[in-house]
Amino acid sequence: MTTPALELCNIRKGFGATEVIRGVNLSVKTCERHAVIGPNGAGKSTLFNLISGLMRPDDGSIALKGGDITAMPPWLINRRGLSRSFQVTNIFHRMSVWENVRAGVLWSAGEHYAFWRDADKAREVGARTDRILADFDLLDRSDAPAGILTYAEQRALEIAITVAGGADVILLDEPTAGMSRAETDRAVALIRRISEGRTLMIVEHDMSVIFGLADRISVLVYGEIVASGTPAEIRNNPKVREAYLGEEAH
Amino acid sequence: MIEALTVRGGLAARPAVPVVIARYGTWIAVAVVFVVLPLVFRSGTALTMMSLMGISIVFALSYNMLLGQTGMLSFGHAVYFGLGAYFAVHCMNAAITSGMPVPLPIIPLVGGLGGLAFAIVFGWVSTKRSGTAFAMISLGLAELVGSSALILRSFFGGEEGVTTDRTRLLRLFDISFGPQIEVYYLIAAWCLVCMVLMYKFTRTPLGRMCNAVRDNSERAQFVGYNPQFVRFLAFCVSGFFAGVAGGLAAIHFEIANSAYFSATQSGNVLLATFVGGSGYFFGPVIGAALVSYLQVMLSDVTEIWQLYFGLLFITMVMFAPQGIAGLLMMHRPLWRRRVLLKVAAAYAIALPPALVMLAGVALVIEMTYRLAVKAAEGPHMTFFSVPFAADQPLAWLTAGILIVGGFILFRLTWSIIAAAWVNAESRKELAQ
Repeated sequence: MTTPALELCNIRKGFGATEVIRGVNLSVKTCERHAVIGPNGAGKSTLFNLISGLMRPDDGSIALKGGDITAMPPWLINRRGLSRSFQVTNIFHRMSVWENVRAGVLWSAGEHYAFWRDADKAREVGARTDRILADFDLLDRSDAPAGILTYAEQRALEIAITVAGGADVILLDEPTAGMSRAETDRAVALIRRISEGRTLMIVEHDMSVIFGLADRISVLVYGEIVASGTPAEIRNNPKVREAYLGEEAH
Repeated sequence: MIEALTVRGGLAARPAVPVVIARYGTWIAVAVVFVVLPLVFRSGTALTMMSLMGISIVFALSYNMLLGQTGMLSFGHAVYFGLGAYFAVHCMNAAITSGMPVPLPIIPLVGGLGGLAFAIVFGWVSTKRSGTAFAMISLGLAELVGSSALILRSFFGGEEGVTTDRTRLLRLFDISFGPQIEVYYLIAAWCLVCMVLMYKFTRTPLGRMCNAVRDNSERAQFVGYNPQFVRFLAFCVSGFFAGVAGGLAAIHFEIANSAYFSATQSGNVLLATFVGGSGYFFGPVIGAALVSYLQVMLSDVTEIWQLYFGLLFITMVMFAPQGIAGLLMMHRPLWRRRVLLKVAAAYAIALPPALVMLAGVALVIEMTYRLAVKAAEGPHMTFFSVPFAADQPLAWLTAGILIVGGFILFRLTWSIIAAAWVNAESRKELAQ
C-alpha cells in the first residue's frame, strides 16, 4: 500500500474551553479528490488551518506524503508541496494580478530570498506565470491591481496563486462561495482541470459541486468525522442523512 | 512572450531607440543632471544644499524600503544613519593616525557596513513584530542608542561628538576633497550608485516579496515565504543604505555627534519620504530634495520654520496621502492624452487665491510668534518686506481678510478644476 498524500491522526484543537476539532482521523490518497462537508461551525475551516500550519493542533499528528508536518510553520509546509486557498479572498491587493501569481511561483522556481537577481529576467518564472494566468482566463487582466478585480475574478486569482507554486497537494476552502450558478460551473470545470494528477482536498457547501467532483467525501459534524466514503456511500448513509443531508434531500 | 515580460519589467525597448538609452536612459539623465547642477548653481550655499540633498535622497530611499516597500513604519531610522556616520568618522581617524592607505571615496562603504551590522542586531529583535509593535520597538531602540551616545563617551565622544579631517586620507589622482565641489561630486556619485542599487533591489525576488508581505503577510506564508525573515532582510538592506548616507554626512560635516541619532532626524526622513510619496520609487527622491531645500531656505526666512514643516506634513497626510509623486502620477494619463494643459490652466486660476490664503495664515502665525515669544523686541515686524505692527487690530484684520477672502475665492475655483478634470476625462474617452 502506498503512503497517503495526507494523513491526520487523532487531531484535536480547542479555543478556550470549547473543543472545535475532537479527534479527527483522516487519510487522503495520492491523486484523490477528497471533499469535506458538514454543517456550519463543524470545524471545516479550522481543520484546514491546522493542516496548512496557520494553527497548531493541541494533540495528534499530521503527515504530508509520509513526512511529519505537525506544528510546522505554513511556509515550511508549503515548501513541502502543500498549498491552500482561503474562504475569504486573501490576495495581494496593491500588486498587479501578474505579480500576485508570480509571488506564488517564485519560491518553487528556486528564487527564494534572492536579492542579487532581477526577478523579471527569470524567464521560466515569467513563462509559468503567464501559463497559469492563461489557464485561469486572467491574462488580459495581468496589469490590473488585484484589488480592483470583480469578485469572481478575485476568487479565480485566489486559486491561481494557490496552484502557482506547483504544489501536489491542494486545499481549497469553499472556492465557489458567493458565486452565481454560471460562475460556479466554470469554477468546477477549472478545479477539475487543475486537480488533474494532484491530490485535492476541498471544503464546499454546494452539494452539486461536491457530488460532481469528489472521489471521496468525509462528513465533519461538531469536530468529528461521522462518515467517510464514496459519494454513493455518503448519499445512502442514514447517519449522514439524519445529521446533515436531511434538509438537503427535500 | 519575452517582449511582454520586458514591457512589464518597465524596460520597454522601442526599436528606434538604442538599447542602451532605452534601458539606462533615466540613469544617464540623472547622472547628467548631477554633473551639470554645480555648473549652473555655483554659490557655496547651493553646493552645500545640493550635497545635503544627495545625502537625504540616499537616506530617504533607504527609509522607503521599509515604509513603502515592506510596509514597516519606523520611528528610529536615524540610528543606522548615525551609527554609519560614527563608523565612518572612526575609520577616517584610524586611517589618519595609523597612516593606512584608505582613500576617502570608500569611506561611505564603511558607514554602510556599520549600519548593516547594527541593523542585523536590532532588526533581529524588532522585525519579529510588525505594525504598531514594530513602530514602538523602533522608537525604543532609537531612545536606547540616543542615550548611549551620551553615556559611552569613548566611542560617541559625548556632547561634542567626534571630529575628523577628510583631507588627510590617502589621496588618489591628487584630489584633496578640501573644496566643497569635490565633496559634492563624491556625494553625487554615491547617490547615483545607491539609487540604481536600491531601484534594482525593488525588482529582485526579495524586493517583490517585500511588497507581498506589505500587502498581505498572512498569504505570503502560504506561498513559501517567512514574512518575518523577509522583513528582517529588508531591514538589513535598508540599514546598510542608511549607513552609507550617514557616512556621506560624516564626510560632508567632518563630524559625527548625537544629533545624528535624534528623533528630529528620524522624523525628518519619515516626513521627506511621506511628503514625496512612499508608493513610488522616485517619491522619496522628490521629498528628500524638497525637504532639504526648505530646511535651508525656510530657516533663513523664519525662525519657526519647523512649525511650517509640521503644517505641510499634516496637509499632505490629510489631503494627499499619496504624496507629491502620487499627485504627479495622477496627472500622467492627462499628459499622455495631451490634455494636461487644460487642467493646468485651472490650477493657475486657483493658485493666486490659495497663496493669498496661505499668506494670511502665515501672517497670523508670525504675529502670534512675535507677541508670544519675542515680545521684548516690540510688536514691529516685516512680513514679505511689508511692515506690520503685531499689536494693532488692523494687522489682524488684514490677516483675517486674507484668510477668509482667499479661502472663499479658492473655494470658488474648485468647481473650475473639477470641470477641467471632467472635460479632460471625457476627451480621454473620445480618444479611446
